[in-house]
Amino acid sequence: MAILTALPLAAQTALPLAAETAVTGSRLTGLVTAAYIIAGVLFILALGGLSKHETAERGNVLGMTGMAIALVATIALALRDSERPVGVTAVLIAVPMLAGLAIGSWRARTVEMTGMPELVAILHSFVGVAAVLVGYNSFLEADHTATDSLAYIHSVEVFLGVFIGAVTFTGSVVAWGKLSARMKSAPMTLPGRHLLNLGIIVGSFVLMLWFMNEHAELGGVPRAIIPLAIMTVLALVLGFHLVAAIGGGDMPVVVSMLNSYSGWAAAAAGFMLSNDLLIITGSLVGSSGAILSYIMCRAMNRSFISVIAGGFGSDGAVTGEARDYGEHREINAEAAATMLKDAKSVVITPGYGMAVAQAQYPVAELTSKLRAKGISVRFGIHPVAGRLPGHMNVLLAEAKVPYDIVLEMDEINDDFDDTDVVLVIGANDTVNPAALEEPGSPIAGMPVLEVWKARDVIVFKRSMATGYAGVQNPLFFKENSQMLFGDAKERVEDIVRHLSA
Amino acid sequence: MRIGVPRESRPGETLVAATAKTAGQLAALGYEVIVEAGAGDLADQHDAAYTEAGVGLASAEEVWASDIVIKVNAPTDAEIARLRRGATVISLMAPGRSPELLSALQAQGVTALAMDAVPRISRAQSMDVLSSMANVAGYRAVIEAAHEFHRQFTGQVTAAGKVPPARVFVVGAGVAGLAAIGAAGSMGAVVRAFDVRPEVAEQVESMGAQFVRVEMEQEVSSDGYAKAMTAEQERLTAVMYDEEARAADIVITTALIPGRPAPRLVQAETVAAMAHGSVIVDMAAANGGNVALTQADRKVVTDNQVTILGYTDLASRLPAQTSQLYGTNIVNLFKLLTPGKDGVMTLDMDDVVVRGITVVQDGASMWPPPPVQVSAAPAAAAAVVATKEPPKPPDPRRKVYGAALAAVLFALMAAYSPPSFLGHFTVFALAVFVGFYVISNVAHALHTPLMSETNAISGIILVGGLLQVGNDNLVITVLAVIAVLVASINIFGGFLVTSRMLQMFRKD
Repeated sequence: MAILTALPLAAQTALPLAAETAVTGSRLTGLVTAAYIIAGVLFILALGGLSKHETAERGNVLGMTGMAIALVATIALALRDSERPVGVTAVLIAVPMLAGLAIGSWRARTVEMTGMPELVAILHSFVGVAAVLVGYNSFLEADHTATDSLAYIHSVEVFLGVFIGAVTFTGSVVAWGKLSARMKSAPMTLPGRHLLNLGIIVGSFVLMLWFMNEHAELGGVPRAIIPLAIMTVLALVLGFHLVAAIGGGDMPVVVSMLNSYSGWAAAAAGFMLSNDLLIITGSLVGSSGAILSYIMCRAMNRSFISVIAGGFGSDGAVTGEARDYGEHREINAEAAATMLKDAKSVVITPGYGMAVAQAQYPVAELTSKLRAKGISVRFGIHPVAGRLPGHMNVLLAEAKVPYDIVLEMDEINDDFDDTDVVLVIGANDTVNPAALEEPGSPIAGMPVLEVWKARDVIVFKRSMATGYAGVQNPLFFKENSQMLFGDAKERVEDIVRHLSA
Repeated sequence: MRIGVPRESRPGETLVAATAKTAGQLAALGYEVIVEAGAGDLADQHDAAYTEAGVGLASAEEVWASDIVIKVNAPTDAEIARLRRGATVISLMAPGRSPELLSALQAQGVTALAMDAVPRISRAQSMDVLSSMANVAGYRAVIEAAHEFHRQFTGQVTAAGKVPPARVFVVGAGVAGLAAIGAAGSMGAVVRAFDVRPEVAEQVESMGAQFVRVEMEQEVSSDGYAKAMTAEQERLTAVMYDEEARAADIVITTALIPGRPAPRLVQAETVAAMAHGSVIVDMAAANGGNVALTQADRKVVTDNQVTILGYTDLASRLPAQTSQLYGTNIVNLFKLLTPGKDGVMTLDMDDVVVRGITVVQDGASMWPPPPVQVSAAPAAAAAVVATKEPPKPPDPRRKVYGAALAAVLFALMAAYSPPSFLGHFTVFALAVFVGFYVISNVAHALHTPLMSETNAISGIILVGGLLQVGNDNLVITVLAVIAVLVASINIFGGFLVTSRMLQMFRKD
């Protein structure tokens, strides 16, 4: 546009051909920039819309629109700047995109809602891979003999982009492995693990200095690829080790942290390609993921650093084991149904166990049955219940539990005193009174759902095993709590049967 | 065994240790209960009522010859002399302050249980007479104050003008203090309260009063009673007492330290500076009083027309109520002492409650009992303090240094960077903050959809791949195609799964 206005009318007529190409070229560039701005705004609106139920779907549509606009504009730009025949480039773009569409929509349609954390984790790893590849490409495209400040900055950008991308990649793969139980969820604690991480970071920094100052060629390939490749391997190891050292209980934070990383990777790619849309979007995602992780850490009363440094539940777990907590009492489904019938107010606190047993549908049915009898039923959701923030909400929503009876911990914690029956379905650490009562407990200080204040507590559990944090739960031995052993789904179905009988 | 309930001998005492109802409950535990004729007259418990409840009436001699004698006030020397050797007497005794009483009981060779020595643990609450009596006394203190106060407690806006509510300041938020807070509040007064134990602030606020805080380190009580303070704490609180009392219309003091005279909290100068017509009820009068001019059992009116009530019989001024509560405490004690419900009292010295109240056993002194911890472990108590007090702000200079360092680094970077980079950096910095604020108020339930949405959006890295596909370098093209593929999976998968999730959220 600048060129268009700067060119006097006379000059345009005098140089018709040159002016023509300059005008269309600048018009397209201008249009693309406009499209990017619109896309950026749409992305912001999308994230803003997702903060409330009422606007969430609209937010998602805005996000899709923004993405479509950005992609159309980019494809137009890519075709114009193509160094190959336009048709070839078009095919090279269309084929992988269509394949991606097919695979992506297939996964999105078929994934179980309980498998959501794994899906999100593996999708993060794709962003990581893409960032690494884009970084390498950007490196290969650049002029390696240049020594001006722009070239140095570009080198740093490439290096950072590949580093973050690689960490995101292996980190997400490990998170996926842990969430889908393909890897052991216990934290991997190598001796001197903090030193190892620090060593990799320092080593990568040294490699970056080498990378920036390496201008020689080696058989047609710039020699700077050596430090880049070494760093990539180191970063892959770092990503693996960072997440492997974090226990399964902290996975919600890890997933959200990786989400943040994937954003930063995109932002770094934006810097190396001088593409503002990538920068805007990447930093939006990066900062929102970071604040989300922080919100979650605060909910668990743990410092962000200590989660990242890893080792939840590995330090003091033994303190809970040796103690004698007394006897627990059992209850059967029929007695539980009777107890529920006589209740006025019921609160259900689900945990990961509900997801594992796929019990959300019977739970929803139980809820509607009890509500039909005029019994108040509400759900109390701990911020870190499940393996992904908001995991329980998604499952309950899937089973068509109205979201206005699904409350957060802070909204419901004061109401347990007036509650007749609490059903603890597959939750353990999030309802553990030890967090408040035992200063030596590994989960001490974590806010928990204070279910034991209710008149009666029924705990659905497969066995007396401990939760993710490996801490024994004194709740099970309280006088007002009774255990209902077995598969949560079957037991809830039993109760529903007895309720209708 | 036979339980005797004598008439109280203390002049003016209105209470009785068992009402018709509680005497019946004792009988239900297997005891034979006899009540001295006329014992309950002043507490609205007439002889006929006892007879109706199946309780026998008897002469003083018969009552004092019982196996167990229950009363309210500590037995006098004359009464002790009437006890049989080996008998048991149960009453209030203030064992910490009454060595003569204890030696007289020992000399008589009896067993004595002090109702006011019940340890303050949850299990023993049902027998804690001090709590029951303090509860009644706190209520009555407000009634007495209202009686002496020349105005209404409640604030009103009337056609005849606006009336401000009475301002009540309660010192000590034990049972009596909390009861006073509740009573004064329900009468419409504005209530402020203070206690040296910071952990009761929540209880004070739950009763609708404002908790007055003094800026200082306070210790959490581990035995349920208040402790004496250090010199510095005392100086700061003294200033606060002075200010609060001057501002109040009614001051009710309930501060007691076990085994010691009551602390002197309101000085004569403070009283002199209070408004005419103000009322002070000193509930600690029996132990010397919290107020300088208090005289026990007397009403004192100062030169500036401030009324100071030093009544020590506040609980006895509601005799029917207090007797019923005291009697129920006694019944609860006997439930503990009579495990077989067979009318046989057994003293199990391994039980901390029984051990705590037994001050003399068969003529042998059992006072003082070993200490009982009623609160959580000290470590837990420390944790409670930590959560209540605001965390110490980190050294503010650190932030300044940090900001300065960041500014210098940024300036250096800016000075050596080409303008195009700075442009991108501006965009970057602004987008970071936008992301931060957009996400700060997201509903927790939507975290998962939000995450998959941001995940889909971060697939924007596809743009990078797209722009590189057209490169004439084959390696670049291949890498770019792979990047396009994985990023596409991410974009389409992410958006579709988000939309699938969002469609499930619904409201009734």
